[in-house]
Order: sequence, then C-alpha cells, then structure tokens
Amino acid sequence: MIETPTIITSRRRPASVIAPEFTFSEDHIPNFSDDKAIIEYRQQAWQAFQALPMPLTTDEPWRRTDIHTLQSDRFQLAGLNSTDGKEKVPAQLLKPLAGKSHGGQIVLSASGAAKSISEDLEKQGVVFTDLKTAEEKHPGLLAEVLGKVVSPNEGKFAALAAALSRTGILLYVPRHVQIDTPLHSLLWGQGTGLAYLSHILVYLEEGASVTYVHESASPEAEAGQIMHAGIVELFVGREAHLGFVELQSWGQNVWNFSHERARIEQDGSIDWIFGAIGSRLTKNFSELSLAGRGAVGKMSGFYFTNNQQHLDHDTQQNHLAPHTTSDLLFKGALLDESRSVWQGMIYVAPDAVKTDGYQANRNIVLSRNARADSIPGLEILADDVRCTHGATVGKIDPELVFYLVSRGIPEKEAEKLVVQGFFDPIMQRIPFEGVRDRFQAAITKKMKTII
Amino acid sequence: MSGLEIKNLHVSIEDKEILKGVDLTIDKGEVHAIMGPNGTGKSTLAYALMGHPAYTITEGEVLLNGENILELEADERSRKGIFLAFQYPVAIPGVTVANFLRTALNARRKAVNPDDKGVSLVEFRKLLKEKMDLLKMDSAFAGRYLNDGFSGGEKKRAEILQMATLRPEIAILDETDSGLDIDALRIVSEGVNALRGPDLGVLLITHYQRILNYIKPDYVHVMLGGRVVESGGPDLALHLEEHGYDWVREKYSNGAAA
Repeated sequence: MIETPTIITSRRRPASVIAPEFTFSEDHIPNFSDDKAIIEYRQQAWQAFQALPMPLTTDEPWRRTDIHTLQSDRFQLAGLNSTDGKEKVPAQLLKPLAGKSHGGQIVLSASGAAKSISEDLEKQGVVFTDLKTAEEKHPGLLAEVLGKVVSPNEGKFAALAAALSRTGILLYVPRHVQIDTPLHSLLWGQGTGLAYLSHILVYLEEGASVTYVHESASPEAEAGQIMHAGIVELFVGREAHLGFVELQSWGQNVWNFSHERARIEQDGSIDWIFGAIGSRLTKNFSELSLAGRGAVGKMSGFYFTNNQQHLDHDTQQNHLAPHTTSDLLFKGALLDESRSVWQGMIYVAPDAVKTDGYQANRNIVLSRNARADSIPGLEILADDVRCTHGATVGKIDPELVFYLVSRGIPEKEAEKLVVQGFFDPIMQRIPFEGVRDRFQAAITKKMKTII
Repeated sequence: MSGLEIKNLHVSIEDKEILKGVDLTIDKGEVHAIMGPNGTGKSTLAYALMGHPAYTITEGEVLLNGENILELEADERSRKGIFLAFQYPVAIPGVTVANFLRTALNARRKAVNPDDKGVSLVEFRKLLKEKMDLLKMDSAFAGRYLNDGFSGGEKKRAEILQMATLRPEIAILDETDSGLDIDALRIVSEGVNALRGPDLGVLLITHYQRILNYIKPDYVHVMLGGRVVESGGPDLALHLEEHGYDWVREKYSNGAAA
C-alpha cells in the first residue's frame, strides 16, 4: 500500500517585528511662549510618547498595517536645520481648490511659514495662522484649544505630534462669523530622512461657518523615507458649520500617520472630505463625534493606490446625543501591488436615540496583486435608531468594458470610464470643482500607469 | 463590395462549436432578418461579428466593404462601422448617457486624428438633441447613468440612440424586440426605420415575427444548428409565424442540424 504523503501548509503570520524607537529627545520640545498650559500639554504628551510602545501588528488597529520597516531611528526633525526644504513649492499646489480665490493661505514647510489672510477676516476676529505665530500672539487662545478634541494619549504618533510639532495651523472663527471665501493651507514636506510633525486646530464658535482646505504634499520621486505624524482637531460649535477638505498628496516615500477627530456640538454640522492618493504608507484615524443634539456629519473619502502603496483608513462615527445624523462613504481603487484597508465603526451611545447612521465602503481592485480590506462595524447601545452599512470589494466587470469597447472606445479608455463612473458617487458629494478636478486628474494619471 | 460578407464562419465558445459555417451577405441599404429557434447560434453570430473575446473564430471570413475584420478588436470594428444593439445592455453606473456618447464620438475622431481635441460641448449637445428628438426621448435621459435602472424599453431605446449617434454602416440588432411591450416596440421600430437608408445595412436577429410587422425586412433567413438553412423574402417570416420551425427541423434533421 502506498501512503499518500501529508502536506502541511502553514500560514501562520511571522512573529510581529517592532520598528526601532525614535531618537528624539526632550530638548526637541518647542518653546514659543511662556504659557504654562501649553508647556504642561507638551510635557504630558512627551511623557505619553515615551511611555507608549511602537505599534505592532498584534495591536488590533494595526493588525493589517505593518510598520516595522519604518526607519524610525534615523529621522531628524524637519525645521531644526535652516537648510531643510528650500525647494520651491509647485505653483499648482497654491491654486484655489474650493472657489475662485482664497480668504487666506498658509504654506508650511521645513523652512517656516508663509501666510496671507484678508484684512476683512482679521477685523472680524478670525485667526488663521501657523502654530508658532499662534503661540507667540495668541497663547491664551491656543492653550484653550490645544488637546480639546484629540488627546496625546491616543497613540504613539499622536503623542509625538502633540509633544514636538513645530508646525501646524490654528483656525479660529468667532461667534456668528461666516466666512465666504475658503481658506487654504499646504504642508510641503521634502528632503529625505526628515520627520514632519504637524498639528491642525480648527475651532468654530457658535453659528460660525467656514470652508477650509488643507493639503499635505511632497515631491513625488524622492528616495529615502520621510515621515509625517499629525493631529487634526476640529471643534464645531452650536449651529456652526465646517466644510473641511483634506488632501493627502504625499510622495510615495512618505510614511504618514494621523489622528483626527471632529467634535460637533448641538445643531452643528461638518462636511468632511478626504482625498488620499499619495504616501508609501498611511495610517489614519478619523473620528466624527456628534456630541450635541441634532449634530450632523458627512464624511466622504476618495483613495486611489498604485505601486506598493498601503493606505489604512480607520473611521469612527460616534453618535453621542439624540437626533444625530452621520453619513460616510469611502470609495477606493487599487492598482499594482497596492493595498487598502478601511475599517469603520458606528457607535451609538445609550441615550443617542433617533440616531441615523450610515457607512459604506466600496473598492474596485484593478490588478490581481492588489488587495482591499473592508471591515464595517456597528455598536449600538440605544433603541430606536437607524443604522445601515455596506462594504464591497469588486473587480472591473469585463462585460462593462466590452460594451464600451463595442462602441469604439479603446479598452484602456473604457476601463478608465468605468473607474470614473465608480467614483462618481463621491464626486457628487464634493461641492468644489477644483477638488473634483484634482481627483479626476489623479484617476487619469494612475490609470495611465496600467500596462 | 460595400456591405458585410460572412463566409463559412465557424465559431466556438470554450471549445464547443456553435456556428458551423455561416454564409450571409448584407449589402448596405438592405434589412436582413435572421430567425430561428432558441439555441441555434443567432446571438453567437452577433457577438462574434462584434468581436467579443469569449467567442473564438475557428474558420471563415468576415469582410466589411471587402476588408477582413476578424483580426480587429471590437473598438476598431466599431469605428469601421459595425454596431451591435445588445439583447441585454449592461448598466454602467456613474457614467451618464451624454458622457458616454461624447467619449464614443471622440474616440472615433481621435482614431482618425490623434491630435483631435474632441467634439465641442455645444456641437455635441445639438447633435444629441437632434437624435433624441428623432427617437422621441426626453432630454433628461441624457443625464441618467447609462442603462442604470432603465426599463426594458428605455434600454432598447438607448441602444437605438447610440446607433443614431454613431451612424454605423452595418447594424446588428440582437433580439431588440425581446421584453418590449407593444408601445415600446413601436417606438424602437420607428427609430430604426428613421435610420434606414442606402448607407445602412441591418441584420435583425429575432425569435418572433412580431417586430417584422414594424421593420419590414428585404430578406429573411432561418438559422438552425449553427447554419443559415433557409433564405427568402418577407413571405418566409409569415410562413414561419403560421407553421412554426418544425418543418425546418424536419427538413434539416439529417446532417445540417447534427
């Protein structure tokens, strides 16, 4: 009798490997004022940073995002050397995206901040400035706002950005001030071996409203790693409205980490748009906290990955008060060996009745070696709520392509048309032509790389 | 010659031979109806002529205006003048009828001149309105996603709209009458009739005689077992309507339908 050999295949994950510890020191804590609260904030953040370990794939939020090849022990802080980042910012990045003109614009780079704001807005008490100037000129306001929405303890990278950020934005809109012309800021990161740390703070008082576009970008084809760790804190007061567009256009050598949260008070609303086309790796935690009765939040995400890109978006919609509404749609396309992760959660607190929550993530995988993970989640502790979710990962349907090709459209163009159609529901949610054009341009550019 | 010549066409799907030597010639200006029971290869003929990658041509020739088109991809065949109105048009979510038609028109222009900037919006809107008026279509139709949530009648009308816009030389209508109520059938047929003329040859594939009351064919063919077995004038369709296909099956039960 012949024995059939038993073949045992093992798919056990390799033991989690940890990235090396950073080499930053306490001396790197910025000190732009004598404000005790700010100093205290940074000290506590620094302690948290030291206490928190580097994330591992055994940590649930990092299960699908392995960062052990991050050369964390080699990064220098950007902005310490005056020779960092002297290259000019591409002019196209300074064009208005959400209208015909800006009410104000700030460009952050390793060499400092360049800013402009309309006199009219300044007269109304609007503050739109970089972090250093904010601390020098408005320390009380900054101390009030800092850490109000995102705690430095939320993770290693949050603590790092909280403790050592030398760059960032403070946008403060006083009561009932409605800003018609959008505000724009750009974080321009270049140079290899640099760690950019940023802290974006937006605070809207009761009845205020503004549209604000923030973009992070760097040269596309630089060698060597760059890192960015950021915090985004958005506070939307009662009956206030914030339109916030975040564009992530990092070069594909950037490792990008961010902790973001919007807190919406009673009857306030946010229209939050994410566009992610860059970076080597991104781990983004974005959280919507509907804290006041009647608060409304909309989150729309566009991502398109190629090469070895790895984008991980971790979203959370917290319904903390009754009659709150959230609506999330993230759509992504993937090429080459790239990978995306979307993990979303709708949480409804026990007393958040009459809540209406929605989340959907749709992916179109355009190459055999690309992979999209889509993990929706609901945690509902209240009765009388309506929550729905959906997640799909699909391929381009060859019958759709054939239909278009049979009308004389070349195959590559037909595929592009199908992908554009796939993204159309996201485009429909973006009220800014300039932003939509950017996304269309990204689709065209990335689809061109298909051989 | 000007028109479509199909010579001894053999087509297989996954190594199963479906068409076993089809011969058919369609001159421009003529309407040919192909009838036959289900499963005789009528739709296979339509897809093979259009160049669907799942259909393998194992033998034979297809000439358009004297030029062999079997080596061409489907988009090239389309630009040369072949059009297929699908039996089951697929939905293209997120792509409007207008955007799609404009892309298709521009692809034609670019094939002629790679530097072509495309049809201007004004020019395109005028053209589209003209074609939609011809087919009695509401202008809101242009802004809807192609075939997405369309009724059966709307899908078939959208096919004819595409035909009207792209102006083929040879149009293959694959069971365009299926799933249509009498009103929709009338509208679609009127659309096709409006496009008839000396520059268009039509191959009308149908299971039922009904549509031929609206679109009068010049020639009627019967397909059975992967071949064209009978050809005649419009009378043949009426004969089939009255007597069914059994007599054809009996006549060709030896050999041809094997």
